[in-house]
Amino acid sequence: MNHPDVLERLRSVLGRGLITDPKALKPYETDGITAIREVPWLVALPDSEAQIEAVLAVCREHGVPVVARGAGTGLSGGARPVADGLVLGLSRLNQILEIDLENAVARVQPGVRNLAITEAAAAHGLYYAPDPSSQIACSIGGNVAENSGGVHCLKYGLTVHNVLGVKLLCIDGQVLQLGGKLMDSPGYDLLALTMGSEGMLGIVTEVTVKLLPTPPCKRVVLAAFSEIAGAADAVGAIIAEGLIPAGLEMMDGLAIQAAEDFVHAGYPTDAAAILICELDGVAAEVESDLALVSRILKAQGAFNIRVATTVEEQERLWLGRKAAFPAVGRISPDYYCMDGTIPRAKLAEVLASIGQLSEQYGLAVANVFHAGDGNLHPLILYDSNQAGQLAGAEEMGGRILELCVAAGGTVTGEHGVGVEKLDQMCVQFGSAELEQMHRLKAAFDPQGLLNPGKAVPTLTRCSELGGMHVHNARLPFPNLPRF
Amino acid sequence: MCTMLGCRSRICLDSDMAKDADISGDLQDAVVRALQAGESLRICGSGSKGFLLSSNNGGETSVSSRLLSVHEHAGILSYRPEELVITARAGTRLSDIEQVLARHYQRLPFEPPRIKGAGTLGGAVASGLAGPGRPWSGSVRDSVLGVEMLNGLGERLIFGGQVMKNVAGYDVSRLQVGAFGTLGVLLSVSVRVLPVPPTERTVVQAVGPAEALARCRTWARSAYPISATAYLDGLLRVRLAGAEAAVSDATQALGGDPRDESIFWRQLRDHDLDFFQQEQPVWRCALPPAASAPLQDCLIVWGGGLRWWRTSLDPLEVRKTVGEQQGSAQIFDGGFGRCRLAGVGSAQATYQQRIREAFDPHGLFNPELTRRRAD
Ligand SMILES: Cc1cc2nc3c(=O)[nH]c(=O)nc-3n(C[C@H](O)[C@H](O)[C@H](O)COP(=O)(O)OP(=O)(O)OC[C@H]3O[C@@H](n4cnc5c(N)ncnc54)[C@H](O)[C@@H]3O)c2cc1C
Repeated sequence: MNHPDVLERLRSVLGRGLITDPKALKPYETDGITAIREVPWLVALPDSEAQIEAVLAVCREHGVPVVARGAGTGLSGGARPVADGLVLGLSRLNQILEIDLENAVARVQPGVRNLAITEAAAAHGLYYAPDPSSQIACSIGGNVAENSGGVHCLKYGLTVHNVLGVKLLCIDGQVLQLGGKLMDSPGYDLLALTMGSEGMLGIVTEVTVKLLPTPPCKRVVLAAFSEIAGAADAVGAIIAEGLIPAGLEMMDGLAIQAAEDFVHAGYPTDAAAILICELDGVAAEVESDLALVSRILKAQGAFNIRVATTVEEQERLWLGRKAAFPAVGRISPDYYCMDGTIPRAKLAEVLASIGQLSEQYGLAVANVFHAGDGNLHPLILYDSNQAGQLAGAEEMGGRILELCVAAGGTVTGEHGVGVEKLDQMCVQFGSAELEQMHRLKAAFDPQGLLNPGKAVPTLTRCSELGGMHVHNARLPFPNLPRF
Repeated sequence: MCTMLGCRSRICLDSDMAKDADISGDLQDAVVRALQAGESLRICGSGSKGFLLSSNNGGETSVSSRLLSVHEHAGILSYRPEELVITARAGTRLSDIEQVLARHYQRLPFEPPRIKGAGTLGGAVASGLAGPGRPWSGSVRDSVLGVEMLNGLGERLIFGGQVMKNVAGYDVSRLQVGAFGTLGVLLSVSVRVLPVPPTERTVVQAVGPAEALARCRTWARSAYPISATAYLDGLLRVRLAGAEAAVSDATQALGGDPRDESIFWRQLRDHDLDFFQQEQPVWRCALPPAASAPLQDCLIVWGGGLRWWRTSLDPLEVRKTVGEQQGSAQIFDGGFGRCRLAGVGSAQATYQQRIREAFDPHGLFNPELTRRRAD
């Protein structure tokens, strides 16, 4: 690789948008999972599609790896740089290009923040449904790359259900206009394939999202249970009754206490678990659903059921949930957030097993998660200054994900594989599936320049790991990436 | 049995249907044999959509392709109503699935067509055609959660799963939707299901097509419990679904004549309305819902987003009209499958070819659908 030549060409494209100074590179060394770090060779901050194309051309010609980065809030190390590569930061492409009221869609650049779309549409009575807890910060390009969810995806779906079009810039310089303002397009469904592809297939340079009418009526109910299993079973009971709440979230005792201490949401701290259930729609529907939900919760043994009577109270009930991660951050020096999904019917069983793992490893776990989707977020509390705790947390996290697979679920519901869950991919998939995924990747990126080493593990890695599993050994240097 | 006559020649009737059976071993053997013999395969479910695949109306498809019939590979593998998921073998009849779902007051959200009453789950997924409720309850791929399939190397692969949220690896399951089998043979599919709404009612309004579109646009920005719309011959039908109180309120608010139109919606779903039974060609046009053309001679559904256009215009004219509105159009008869796969720009065509090679390097499956047109 001819370094001076690459630098010169990139500088002529980007001007001050090229970062090479080691101090200025530092903030890009990690994403939302800070235990995984690598300082990149370069960071490019283009401010137009033309600049992105030019940067990709240079990288292609010189074989420089490219790691796309939105807001860097990802929770699997997906945007973690590679040492001899370039980070393509998309935060400057932050324009809302169009709010098309006639077709109820918004066309935006990839660096636009998730919440900014709803803020721009709200004046017209519309909003963008997927609402990850990171929505003030995370970018729509990152949402597409991770197929992100949120607390309302039980009813409104994930990113894949709410994006109508994507412009994908491929490493060979070709542009794929996938979908658009329409609901159905010819050809293979490359739009769906792009969702959750973690920057491995192409760079998302424009996104067209569906806007929905803001529901006229919303009700939030909180139910407290004296046993975790009771809350877990209530989740299935609500859905079996034919209801699809807008959101159905669960928090366990440790999470309740942490959130209460932090934001004083008014949660019952004597509960072993709470459910927060939101119903939305037209008033008549919401009221009849609310009556039904309350009946079910009572029948399932909730000892305290509270329906928020004012908008402020609704917001307060949600505040505790939305602040739960930082709240847990206050009670522990570090925490490690997992993201497995399981069939709802297995909630009680898997939560009990997580409790056992917690005892076995001597590390506390707070559970705060999207119960309606069966999407668990166990937060493993640890202290990186205590010898062995990080390693213990990572190993325990791996065990939790394996529990999820064994329960018929998956190792990641919404945070992606990145580098963090490469090992668990070996548990979830066989070698034929992994090879098929590698061939699919190669169809887009034969040189393997886009986000190398992420999302799909090599077979060598899996076979080495398989050997280690058999011997039941602890992984050496578990925080080092193993490709 | 109705296997050996070819997908186009015969529709499997209810009485023909095989019982639950796992013939995945035979299917895998057949793929491996074809691979070794250098032959290609034509994948077929019940044959109900065979007319979409043949190159033109009367003609048979490629003679060298051997038929691979999946319809005997049938049976529901798992169904847990509280999980809102059903998994069934690809040859399972849609009607069997819906019958089982109905017992638990659930349904397939994407309302797949039953052409002449038949249709399998695999065929519904492979052709990717969603019914009248698409803007409200989602497309076929929106509901697909996982697949088990054979690729063109004869490998048996499992992608996705039975849970709603799953971002482990590329979404190969959803990539199968609308691929018409050209990436592999579907063995089983897991799909998300939804509760049947407690009440369903249709209001009918007499309007012209432009006014019908204008109304749909307004409704898209308000929160009525609409589950489908259809404009045809001066009548706009609006299907409302949800709690009784909500549906009653909306019926009042929208005005018009409330009726039970379930037969109309079923015929629309199954392409069984008189509209489809005429001599003139019918084009399937997906458009931004507010598009101002085409309007005349159209059956307009999806709040304006899908228009069936009956016209004798030159195909170039049709494509131009729809293209100017940023839409896409395919003629809905023999050849639809191929037009559907080929109706993309040159960049996407290049990538499709590479993806096809990644799954089926020897071009085993339904090769007539991916052959470039000679004309
Ligand atoms: C406190 C907190 C709460 C969270 N809550 C949720 C939640 O509720 N639900 C949820 O789903 N996630 C959640 N997340 C995870 C994270 O916010 C999402 O994954 C988000 O979509 C990442 O967006 P980003 O812009 O930060 O992407 P980044 O972290 O910058 O990148 C993520 C991945 O996308 C790729 N990428 C980014 N932009 C592009 C592009 N334009 N083209 C191609 N590839 C691209 C990157 O290469 C990387 O692989 C949370 C994170 C935090 C820190």
